Amino acid sequence: MTQRAEPGSWLPLFLAWLVTLLATAGALFLGEVMGKTPCVLCWYQRIAMFPLVLVLGLGLLDSDARCIRYALPLVLAGWCLALYHCLIFWGIVAEGLVPCGQGASCADADVQVAGLVPIPLLSWLAFTAVMALLWVARTRMKT
Amino acid sequence: MNRKWVVLGTAAAVVVAFVAGVVVYRDRAAQQAAQVAAEALQRDREALVRAHSPVFGNPAAKVTIVEFFDPSCETCRAFYPLVKELVNSSFGQVRLVLRYAPLHKGSDTAVKILEAARLQGKYWEALERTLAAQPQWAAHHNPQPELIWDVIADTGLDMAKARADAASPAVDQLLRQDIADMQALKVKQTPGFFVNGTPLRDFGQLQLKALVAEELRKVKAP
Repeated sequence: MTQRAEPGSWLPLFLAWLVTLLATAGALFLGEVMGKTPCVLCWYQRIAMFPLVLVLGLGLLDSDARCIRYALPLVLAGWCLALYHCLIFWGIVAEGLVPCGQGASCADADVQVAGLVPIPLLSWLAFTAVMALLWVARTRMKT
Repeated sequence: MNRKWVVLGTAAAVVVAFVAGVVVYRDRAAQQAAQVAAEALQRDREALVRAHSPVFGNPAAKVTIVEFFDPSCETCRAFYPLVKELVNSSFGQVRLVLRYAPLHKGSDTAVKILEAARLQGKYWEALERTLAAQPQWAAHHNPQPELIWDVIADTGLDMAKARADAASPAVDQLLRQDIADMQALKVKQTPGFFVNGTPLRDFGQLQLKALVAEELRKVKAP
């Protein structure tokens, strides 16, 4: 039995899904079109981000509010990984703690969009936004 | 129902934007690659002909033979009459630009002596004498390029000035530039020929003649 989403919760849910959709498209563009090889931590964040498009998208199509519950663990995991990645990128945590194998380094200065915004920060902002929007959607549903 | 279309429409819009982004990015990347290639070609052209190099023949000739040349090289010596003939028989259509590729021991000294002679307008005379006497001074196991001074002594050079010029930083700089260009153009053997920028890939006198003839045809029938 699906739990119907309340009118007030639809918009934040939609916006959360939109963020995951744009983040996924952006990650694929950077990796597949611009040819930037994702590092190990980027891959873990992708693993958390990509399914959100489908989980939240299906929830939206069916107006199924339970998708929030299924999405939150992924969001939380991605948020933690992105935060950790940011700390490594800024040199607050040493990269040696993470086995970054062959390929791109997680602390590489190349991981920036237009030479300005570091990709890990972008990822962390996206996960934060999704988390906040889902939280808003959940609160509105309960009341 | 309406909301379903909002979701599906948004997804479709993002997919379309993604594809458009791919097209734009590929196009821009291709343009950049073309620009990089053009710049590399331009660099090669600059490396091929420098203003400081000796030119034989009409300076405004449409076909330029660039020869990376080593005064100690027997094959350069053997090619010299042919190259000279190619220029002389072209009625001003072909010129020769000599670049130095001092790959043998003592060649650098020989080049500096020739350049000193050039400063006094005796370059081609000195070059021909130097090549004629090559068996005497350029034995590869025991090169004695200083002997060239004796070979060119009676050309009317101011020998004291020539010896000072041969040791001057300007001549040294010219030689260094030629060596750098030789490496940039990946010339590994002498003589190394380029005709209007096209390297002589299949080495030989007939092949050089053919390449010059081909370039002459190109400039005559554009």
